[in-house]
Amino acid sequence: MSFWTRHQIFEKNSIILIVGILLVISIGGLVEITPLFYLKSTIEAVDGVRPYTPLELAGRNIYVREGCYLCHSQMIRPLRDEVERYGHFSLAAESMYDHPFQWGSKRTGPDLARVGAKYSDEWHVTHLTNPRAIVPQSVMPGYSFLAHNEVDPDTIADHMRTQRAVGVPYTDDQIANAAADLKAQADPDNPGADAFSKRYAKAAVRNFDGKAGTPTEMDALIAYLQMLGTLVDFKIYNEKANLR
Amino acid sequence: MTFSIMLWMPSWGGMINGLMTLSGAWDKLRTDPVLRMLVVSVAFYGMSTFEGPMMSIKVVNSLSHYTDWTIGHVHSGALGWVGFVSFGALYCMVPWAWNRKGLYSLKLVNWHFWIATLGIVLYISAMWVSGILQGLMWRAYTSLGFLEYSFIETVEAMHPFYIIRAAGGALFLIGSLIMAYNLWMTVRVGEAEVQMPVALQPAE
Repeated sequence: MSFWTRHQIFEKNSIILIVGILLVISIGGLVEITPLFYLKSTIEAVDGVRPYTPLELAGRNIYVREGCYLCHSQMIRPLRDEVERYGHFSLAAESMYDHPFQWGSKRTGPDLARVGAKYSDEWHVTHLTNPRAIVPQSVMPGYSFLAHNEVDPDTIADHMRTQRAVGVPYTDDQIANAAADLKAQADPDNPGADAFSKRYAKAAVRNFDGKAGTPTEMDALIAYLQMLGTLVDFKIYNEKANLR
Repeated sequence: MTFSIMLWMPSWGGMINGLMTLSGAWDKLRTDPVLRMLVVSVAFYGMSTFEGPMMSIKVVNSLSHYTDWTIGHVHSGALGWVGFVSFGALYCMVPWAWNRKGLYSLKLVNWHFWIATLGIVLYISAMWVSGILQGLMWRAYTSLGFLEYSFIETVEAMHPFYIIRAAGGALFLIGSLIMAYNLWMTVRVGEAEVQMPVALQPAE
């Protein structure tokens, strides 16, 4: 019996064909799914990576809502030109609290994985309001309305609970004080600012949009952008320890 | 890398099978614009599924990723392969579904075919050029070892290609509008009377 006549068994009998398909798919599935059970060992151990503060998380939600990821990537590849242009290549640990991750796949604009602390808050306010005011040839749309929209502090706790459900280690304390922390981070004079800094070590407390009052979406988005890629201190990061 | 090469086999197996189905009937391409659409769809299928595994190879991907090359690649599949095979299938099935003898106008199908093909070619070649250009600009170094271009210079360089891309996309859209009109008239009116060229009259 030749190979082709054997193959007719599959072609002529739908049940055997289905069993064959299931077998092949389950092998393919196993190959893709099994590594996920070893995810802990694929994410390098890095100091400094923490979950987003309530204000940063609100900013991240705006980043997703406005579709920033469609034109901006957040994934620096370990190539000479990218490392020189954007900074140290991205580590898996740096997006371990991103649900969903914002790696993106197209750079109509530059990569943002390490945009944090690169420009001043004022630069960001001006640039988001009218990108052409800073970069005349820019094709980015303006987002001036962000300055007029206030962030709703009451829904942020629910967002954090959702993040916790998918594995971000927010404490009960952090969730209970979410609304207060959101306001405190954008206002250094807020009586809750000290308590906020205890809950989120090293998180910046500033008036990001430069205007007093309730945090706006501009505050939230800039708080998020200014922390991107700044959590890991590459002066003390031991690259060799994570070589595999 | 190995899997990328392996992926060429089912893709080209499918394409060769599709094209060889026409063995002995290639002459129909001249007379049947619907069939022509389906064949070009298979050709685009072969091209874009060759391109895909190639782009997953590391050295190619280091250039192509994050650029318009990816956009061009998916559109040669979406517009060329899936678009044309859907158009061909619609042209084939609408007369069946509404019990018509044929399409309202084969001439319009012909127009649709050429306008849309031109549109796709403009679209994907603009994306190839802009993608490879931007990828090369990002990694260009001066003789002193500095990055040669700022990011915004690469954005500026994309401008003419985005205009060509918009024109290509518009042509493709115009083609589909022609199809919509043709199918609508097929349903409403049915096959147009075939206009015979005026036969030569015997001299009196």
